[in-house]
Amino acid sequence: MDIFLQQLINGLVLGSVYALVALGYTMVYGILELINFAHGEITMMGAMVALAVAGALALAAPGLPGVLVLGAGLAVAIPVCVALGLVIERVAYRPLRHAPRLAPLITAIGVSIILQNVAMLIWGKQYIPFPAILPEGRHHVLGATISDIQVAILVLALLIMLALVMVVQKTRLGRAMRATAQSRQVASLMGVDVNRVIAATFAIGSALAAVAGVMVSAYYGLAHYYMGFLLGLKAFSAAVLGGIGNLRGAMLGGLLLGLIESFGAGYIGDLTGGFLGSNYQDVFAFFVLIAVLVFRPSGLLGARVVERA
Amino acid sequence: MSSGPKSRWLTFGLFALGLALLPFLVDAGMGRSWVRLLDLALLYVMLALGLNIVVGYAGLLDLGYVAFYALGAYVYAWLASPQFGLHLPFWAILPLGAALAALFGVLLGTPTLRLRGDYLAIVTLGFGEIIRIFMNNLNAPVNITNGPQGINLIDPVRLGGFSLSQSHQLLGITFTGVHLTYYLFLLFTLAVIFISMRLEDSRIGRAWVAIREDEIAAAATGINTRNLKLLAFAMGATFGGLAGGLFASFQGFISPESFNLMESIMILCMIVLGGMGHIPGVIFGAILLTLLPEALRYTGDWQRSLFGHVYVDPADLRMLLFGVALVAVMLYRPAGLLPSRRRRREFADAEA
Repeated sequence: MDIFLQQLINGLVLGSVYALVALGYTMVYGILELINFAHGEITMMGAMVALAVAGALALAAPGLPGVLVLGAGLAVAIPVCVALGLVIERVAYRPLRHAPRLAPLITAIGVSIILQNVAMLIWGKQYIPFPAILPEGRHHVLGATISDIQVAILVLALLIMLALVMVVQKTRLGRAMRATAQSRQVASLMGVDVNRVIAATFAIGSALAAVAGVMVSAYYGLAHYYMGFLLGLKAFSAAVLGGIGNLRGAMLGGLLLGLIESFGAGYIGDLTGGFLGSNYQDVFAFFVLIAVLVFRPSGLLGARVVERA
Repeated sequence: MSSGPKSRWLTFGLFALGLALLPFLVDAGMGRSWVRLLDLALLYVMLALGLNIVVGYAGLLDLGYVAFYALGAYVYAWLASPQFGLHLPFWAILPLGAALAALFGVLLGTPTLRLRGDYLAIVTLGFGEIIRIFMNNLNAPVNITNGPQGINLIDPVRLGGFSLSQSHQLLGITFTGVHLTYYLFLLFTLAVIFISMRLEDSRIGRAWVAIREDEIAAAATGINTRNLKLLAFAMGATFGGLAGGLFASFQGFISPESFNLMESIMILCMIVLGGMGHIPGVIFGAILLTLLPEALRYTGDWQRSLFGHVYVDPADLRMLLFGVALVAVMLYRPAGLLPSRRRRREFADAEA
């Protein structure tokens, strides 16, 4: 029972991070029908920038409380990621909006490679440890442990998701986004500045990615120039699982994928009699992805038709 | 390009003759390591032409193509190395690897028939990663793939008593291993080019183009889209498996490291940068992208002559430049560097 509860907690924490990244994919896809392949790299950049800032601050003012240091890191990482997202949209996607679909896919891959290598040139090839600036408190719940970091990730992710839903449902910008997602042409006829809405979508998605990047590196205690790739793939799987283009779907998909991965890694050894071990953790996301696309291509909450070129 | 079949065959013949002399010219001019690169470039030409059938002809975006390459390589390694103590002959293993790859091509194709575009890309990407993760981990409790260490001491190609790993004296000329490998690879590459050319003008090739352009219309005209898509996957995978087997015999060592997603992306970039669906374009793209990263190593020398010393390790810089090149080519030549007439026309229409 305690193992079950532990995996449940781990899965929810991991899942809320996936959900944040998945929201970025799903928002861009909802509006542009484009998989922003570079989104995972934006997450990585968020983690790296925040780490660099936090590291510098911890050196300059050793007495500062950890939450403040991390907050300062986020305060720098978010604008950097937003700027990155905007530049990527402007340079690599907007000029190709009417080109065949392979072209933006290739530019997105090109941008991912560029961001990875820029990060590698700046921060090196090695894993960077996350500074121990957060309190290491642990709480025991029914035989399972939950750390302060885990609680913080869960609460923060929940708050951000609530805020995002409010923005999309209640504000003018949200209405413009929904209108643009329905039909870019009609929205622009109704006086919506489509380019601004698309830019805003990229900006919001990138800000979420920055937060998620910091969370995931704080959770694992490591950051790496290549970490965005797998994280991005898993988050994309989560978005597809929930129904791409659907905000609630991305959240649900993220949480589910986190749980599947956590339980899968925890129980696969027992299920296969020790033949497969927890080192297969990364396989689950892809199996889920393939299964969803084969059996329910519109995802769990999606209603959109998938079969288009 | 636009001329009739006769001059097309003439170009083909002249091209082949030039290729026969190439390794010696390269060896004399640039050194032995470039002959090795030439061998690799031929492998990539085969891979790119294989993927071109799936992506360029049938329009099925496959980002897991490297899985078939890996399968071919692993089949070769399993059957011709001390891993299982088997040393079967080259001619027996190579078709086996290609056939297994083709089988997996159909296995991948069947459940994904309904998917198109980006979704297909993601599913195939997931398939490629699954294959790689299994190859990375299937070393315990039963050691099948030897895990991340990979399989070593793979037998080189031996035809009768004639080993391609040693130097031979023929007609007073010394042929080293890399030279002989070049001719073997060239033979296979020419066969792949030939098959690709014949396919392009065949009923099957035309049906693929129809599916690529408009699947519903193609189905309405009586094309069996299901079988033809599966055939495209199988044919592409066959070439991938073939190249994989040749790769294993050439390197003598394989590990999951060689079959990561980047490799799939690289092959896709070859055909997109060169000019999708256009055989000369694809060949050009494959050779260009194999040699370009090597050529970019010389950025170290430029830095030295410009600034006095090397600021950035050229090995680190070349991937960055590669990414920039991808974006730049897509922005300025979205049809590729050497597009076919049809695609150039399509892009011209889209501009207007």
